[in-house]
Amino acid sequence: MSRILIRGGRVLDPVAGLDVQADVLIEDGRIAGLGAGLAAGKAEVIDAKGCWVAPGFVDMHVHLREPGQEYKEDIGSGGRAAVAGGFTAVACMANTSPVNDDPSVTQYILERARATSPARVYPIAAATKGLKGEVMTEMVAQRAAGAVAFSDDGKVIMDSGVMRRVLEYSKMIDVPIIVHAEDCSLVAGGVVNEGPISTKLGLPGNPNLAEAVLVSRDIMLASETGAHLHVAHVSTHEAVDLIRRAREQGIRVTAEVTPHHLALTDAATLGFDTNAKMAPPLRSQKDCEACVQGLVDGTLDCVATDHAPHAIHEKEVDFIEAPCGVLGLETAVPVTLELVRAGRLAPLAWVRAMSTNAAQILQQAGGSLSVGDVADVVVIDPEREWTYDPVKGYSKSINSPWAGARLRGRAVATIVAGRLVYDVERGVLHP
Amino acid sequence: MIGRDLLGIEDLTREEIELILDTSERMKEVGEREVKKVPGLRGRTIINLFFESSTRTRTSFEIAGKRLSADVINFSSSSSSLTKKESILDTARTLAAMDPDAVVVRHAVSGVPRRIADALECPVINAGDGAHEHPTQALLDLLTVRQKKGRIDGLSVAIVGDIAHSRVARSNIYGFSKLGAEVRVAGPPTMIPSDIESLGVKAFTKMRDAIDGVDVIMMLRIQTERLAGALFPSVREYSATFGLNDAKLAYAKADAIVMHPGPVNRGVELSPTIADGRPSVILDQVRNGVAVRMAVLYLLTGRAPE
Repeated sequence: MSRILIRGGRVLDPVAGLDVQADVLIEDGRIAGLGAGLAAGKAEVIDAKGCWVAPGFVDMHVHLREPGQEYKEDIGSGGRAAVAGGFTAVACMANTSPVNDDPSVTQYILERARATSPARVYPIAAATKGLKGEVMTEMVAQRAAGAVAFSDDGKVIMDSGVMRRVLEYSKMIDVPIIVHAEDCSLVAGGVVNEGPISTKLGLPGNPNLAEAVLVSRDIMLASETGAHLHVAHVSTHEAVDLIRRAREQGIRVTAEVTPHHLALTDAATLGFDTNAKMAPPLRSQKDCEACVQGLVDGTLDCVATDHAPHAIHEKEVDFIEAPCGVLGLETAVPVTLELVRAGRLAPLAWVRAMSTNAAQILQQAGGSLSVGDVADVVVIDPEREWTYDPVKGYSKSINSPWAGARLRGRAVATIVAGRLVYDVERGVLHP
Repeated sequence: MIGRDLLGIEDLTREEIELILDTSERMKEVGEREVKKVPGLRGRTIINLFFESSTRTRTSFEIAGKRLSADVINFSSSSSSLTKKESILDTARTLAAMDPDAVVVRHAVSGVPRRIADALECPVINAGDGAHEHPTQALLDLLTVRQKKGRIDGLSVAIVGDIAHSRVARSNIYGFSKLGAEVRVAGPPTMIPSDIESLGVKAFTKMRDAIDGVDVIMMLRIQTERLAGALFPSVREYSATFGLNDAKLAYAKADAIVMHPGPVNRGVELSPTIADGRPSVILDQVRNGVAVRMAVLYLLTGRAPE
């Protein structure tokens, strides 16, 4: 088995609380040593001078579109985009075609991942059959097949009774129930954040209230049931406050935030660019700042991209017709590094948000660089400047609000299970 | 303004609006001649691209183009592939390949003219997009008020009805504000969009307060079929609270004028005595619509090559 020595980087391990200049030795798929001046021996050497060495990033919210919508993305292309963006593991949502509401789909996804994806793939199964919000899925069988969490993401379980049962039942297997928290009756067809900008554009607004009302409901249900609730893509200051208070009360709520909700506001929709259309929508400056603050103070556990590929022809329609969602895997590192550069997040806290916390929420290996741990490692050059051209990226789709942007910071090497799968100069190497 | 797009009043300066209005006065004179045709746009091709049917606006643009001797082609959703959810940009590229000199776009969703303009070299004129803007409507409204009142500056204008879903309201808010008028909006709170004050207007939920002492009352069309029961309980209640009748009109200035972008729901927004009565300038608006559209086409598309 291979040996890799990552030499001379700034090692960031949130689990050990480590932020030191050191070498990292990888052997047989595990972290074999960490310290100054390790001998290379026959190991392949990665020069990490000026770079950060961190546990591989874990994105707990992506849409890989396979099975069924391979023209947008597939598990292989999504996995390549992941490792090129510094992610060694991604958790894929269940809104495929067919929906992942059956263990056979989970098995299929895992088989395809083994054959085609350089990144680890963790299937998230549907919480209800067909994402219809009515009948719960076979959670025990899905868990046994390899599902790591349950979610009707993209859809919402609007029936509070069904949501209560899903949370109650999930306690048997103790995995997170991930909610896309929007009250559909309040969204009411809204396609941009409700506020001065929706009024100016004359587009139907999606109010903060839609998220706040559903997060309130689900926190109460989580409190009552004791289940693990995870709130996906938090976008409003109200939701951040609700989650903060719930955690203070000891309710089992975790939460994620996307790079786009941390970096962009609804001002990005002023030109009617459908690549700025997502659900929940880009919000106001106040909401954006609250999300950053939530990440800084730990109310929001992790960054998750909600990577949502859509084909060009699907986005080249009017703003109401266009599907929601943007790419995220290949731009998350530079976009969120801006928070480090702005002094809002320490590098170690950033790595915790990009890696450790998601691994822990999903109860998976990774997120740490302790000797003996699985060697999922990323090397980040925080200063490397580059221009993002999604056409040249690994995703099959190009729907990114950062197309053509000059970005700073990039993954330069990505190692999954001790194998170098991505190198910025040579591209994706395996499989 | 040659070569530019007209996507919204928001993008125009006061001087540009006044240039269009002044040019419209000259164009209006053409419509009063025995031979209603001048060669200004001879040899130019104008495409009316209507994704949303609108006989009135399309006809107005068509007459405007023809009075300037342009070749006007109508491309509407019922007679093309547009109903098949063709990509908007594909449509734009297809049209671009036919080398039009201007494209007039109407769409039920905000932003489509902007997206098409981004993809086309020639000027694009917004003939109404969703609840965003309807610039030529606002220009014809401004022209009408200027003719009737002699000025815009210092007037007070009340726009009444479904502000949330109205492109006419937004374009007029920008237009009247830029020319120095005070703009008020009024309607049930369910029809006043969030943060409307950010557009520089004062919002009212009582008709009487809104029209108190105003010079101009602009009544918007209520989409009764779509909105009754959702944004207001019934047409009867809407008419009783926000319909304009003689009693309510008495709160405005004695010489106030009443406008409506048409078509009027008689007995809903306007009592028939007002729609056909002295304060109504509705037909002047229609007449000015042709002149304003001639001016816009002429100013953006320029003189025909020698």
